[in-house]
Formats: sequence, C-alpha cells, structure tokens
Amino acid sequence: MPAKGYIIVNELYCKACELCVTDCPHEVLALDMERLTSRGYHPAHMVKPEACTACSICAVVCPDAAITVHRYEKQKAEG
Amino acid sequence: MVVTDIPTKIVYERPEALDPRVTHYCPGCTHGVAHRLVAEALDEMGEVENTIGVASVGCSVFAYNYFNIDFVEAAHGRAPAMATGIKRVLPDRLVFTYQGDGDLASIGMGEIVGAASRGEQITVIFINNATYGMTGGQMAPTSLPGQVTSSSPTGRDVTRQGHPIQTAELLSTLTGSSYIVRRSLHNFRETRRAKKAIRTAFEVQKQGLGFSLVELLSNCPTNWGMSAVESRDWIEERMLAFYPLGDYKVSSAVADIKI
Ligand SMILES: Cc1ncc(C[n+]2csc(CCOP(=O)(O)OP(=O)(O)O)c2C)c(N)n1
Ligand code: SF4
Ligand code: SF4
Ligand code: SF4
Repeated sequence: MPAKGYIIVNELYCKACELCVTDCPHEVLALDMERLTSRGYHPAHMVKPEACTACSICAVVCPDAAITVHRYEKQKAEG
Repeated sequence: MVVTDIPTKIVYERPEALDPRVTHYCPGCTHGVAHRLVAEALDEMGEVENTIGVASVGCSVFAYNYFNIDFVEAAHGRAPAMATGIKRVLPDRLVFTYQGDGDLASIGMGEIVGAASRGEQITVIFINNATYGMTGGQMAPTSLPGQVTSSSPTGRDVTRQGHPIQTAELLSTLTGSSYIVRRSLHNFRETRRAKKAIRTAFEVQKQGLGFSLVELLSNCPTNWGMSAVESRDWIEERMLAFYPLGDYKVSSAVADIKI
C-alpha cells in the first residue's frame, strides 16, 4: 500500500527516546545511528516511508513535540 | 522516499501555545507530553492570551519557560493558594496550576485540599510519577508499596511509611470539587483521553462550574532507572493497579459539557 503521508522530525527537539519508534504500528521509524543532532542525539527518522499511514500516533506520544505529520491530499481522478 | 510534490495537509504539528525552546526534561519524560496537551487545549479554545499558569517546585519548576502564556512560579506546594489569589482578582482569566506529586500530595497537601474544599474556580494539572524527580528520586507519598527509591533502598514498607495516597479519590470526596479524573500518559490511546480530560477541566472553569483536577500517571525514567519505553510499561503494569483510571467526580452541571 502506498504511503498516505509522511512525518518530519524537527531535530532541534528530538531526544532519541524511541517512544515514536516503539509505538508506530507500521515500523516506519528508527533512530538514525549514522547521525547526531546538535545536542548529541541519534534522531528518529523514517526507514519505511512507504508504510506511513499519517495516523499521528508517533506525534501524540512524542514528549518533545518534535514531529509534524503530513497527509497527502486526495488526488483528483485523471482524465 | 517521501514524495513531496503531492499536496499535503498538516494533520499534526507543535501547538502554538508551546514555546519554541527545547525543554530541560530527560529524554522520554512525559512531563513534555503533559505540556503539549495543555498547550493544544489552550490553542483549540483560543485561550492563549487569557490564561495564567502557576508552576510548582519539582522538575516542572521551569514550566513558565515552555508556554507562550503568562506564568508565575509558586513556593513549594503553594500553587493552589497562588492560583486562588490570581483567580479571585482576575476572575475572567483561565488559571491553572501544574504540580508534581511531591509538590501537591506532600508539602502541598493542605493547600490542595483547601482549594478543592472551597470550590475555587481553578484547574489543576497533577503529574503523578510516584517519586520526587527533581531531587534525585526519593520516595513520594505516591510511591508504590515495595517501590525502591533513593530514600527507600529496600522498598517502601507500608507498615512504616504508609500507603500510597490516591489523590483523585481523596479530593473527589470533597463537596467543593466539581471535576476530578485520573488519566495516564503511557500510550497513544490514554494520551488522547488525557487531552480530552484537560480540555474538559478548562471548560469547567470557563463555565464557572468549580474546581477541576486532572491527575496524570506519568513516568520518571531517570530515577526509576529504566529506559523511556520500559518506564511506560511500568506505568501500565505497576501503577494502574494502585491508581485506576477513571472519572472520580463529575458534578451534574459538568456532565452536560460537550466537547
Ligand atoms: C520548601 C522546600 N522543601 C523541599 C524542597 C526540595 N524539593 C525540590 S523539588 C521536590 C519534590 C519534587 O517532586 P515532584 O513534585 O513529584 O515533581 P517531579 O520533580 O517528580 O516532577 C522537593 C522535595 C524545596 N525546593 N523547597
Ligand atoms: S518520540 Fe520524539 S523525541 Fe522521542 S525519538 Fe521520537 S521524535 Fe525523538
Ligand atoms: S504517522 Fe503513524 S504510520 Fe506514520 S510514522 Fe507516525 S506512527 Fe508511523
Ligand atoms: S528527573 Fe524524572 S521527572 Fe524529572 S525530567 Fe527527568 S525523567 Fe522527568
């Protein structure tokens, strides 16, 4: 199933607590072990973006209000 | 990858009532969730300009830095008294306290019982994390039987140190209280329910229906000595048994509120 949206993690706020990673029902998220934020945390990022349903669960459980959730608008049928 | 040329609608973003600065809270601490829920409720109600918060002493002592609203800081345990004074002088303002369990249920127990019994038109956001977080994880009145803390290294012994204080139940017995509920921040579903309760509590005050308090089961991964994920499981597996979620007092006028 194609993605219904995507999330943006504001890395200023992310503290790598992993609550979003644990709670995403579709295993879309993981901590990015290749990178560090300016505060020294491995930020959450999307590893399976095609599975995101824009359900907002990750954003609701994030203690640092780091996540913005975008949902794709319905496309008009072609022709 | 993320397709960015398709138009999108933002379905969740940082509330405006929350200040842009980064909090000092430990990673995974649900103080941050509680802050965000309060901010969302104020945004939705259009009360940002009209609200005065009263911070307490504890990890949330700097709460005044984290909201884009007027805020004062009370002496330890005295936030309900300060809120009482502010609300009586400025009755058209929305006034709330934000207090931890050490602040509210220990040094401040007299203040909260007094404010509730007088039916003060204030709202209390009460964070129950079963410990004194700020000072290093000492036993709180809310610590569970057997809970190991830095001041009860062999576990809370109820025969010597008493039983956990169930604040929502206790305050609900007072005639003066109008809306007393307990919610939890340990998962998505309960966090959504907590948000609705906070919104309802503010609505109670706006409509002049009396004293409202939302107790929120919260975590302290740092002093509980576990990861943030484990700490939420601890709330679910250990705290819920002593602190059942529910509506402990909903006065008849409050029951008619529709959100
Ligand atoms: C008059 C006074 N007594 C004691 C203290 C020490 N003290 C600071 S915070 C605190 C308890 C905080 O615990 P809680 O209210 O549960 O908040 P948390 O830090 O867990 O969020 C205590 C006892 C103080 N600051 N002032
Ligand atoms: S829940 Fe928030 S702070 Fe925690 S890892 Fe996810 S984005 Fe970062
Ligand atoms: S919006 Fe839902 S599906 Fe998408 S990353 Fe967040 S929790 Fe996962
Ligand atoms: S010490 Fe505990 S209550 Fe305080 S910020 Fe850290 S995790 Fe939160």
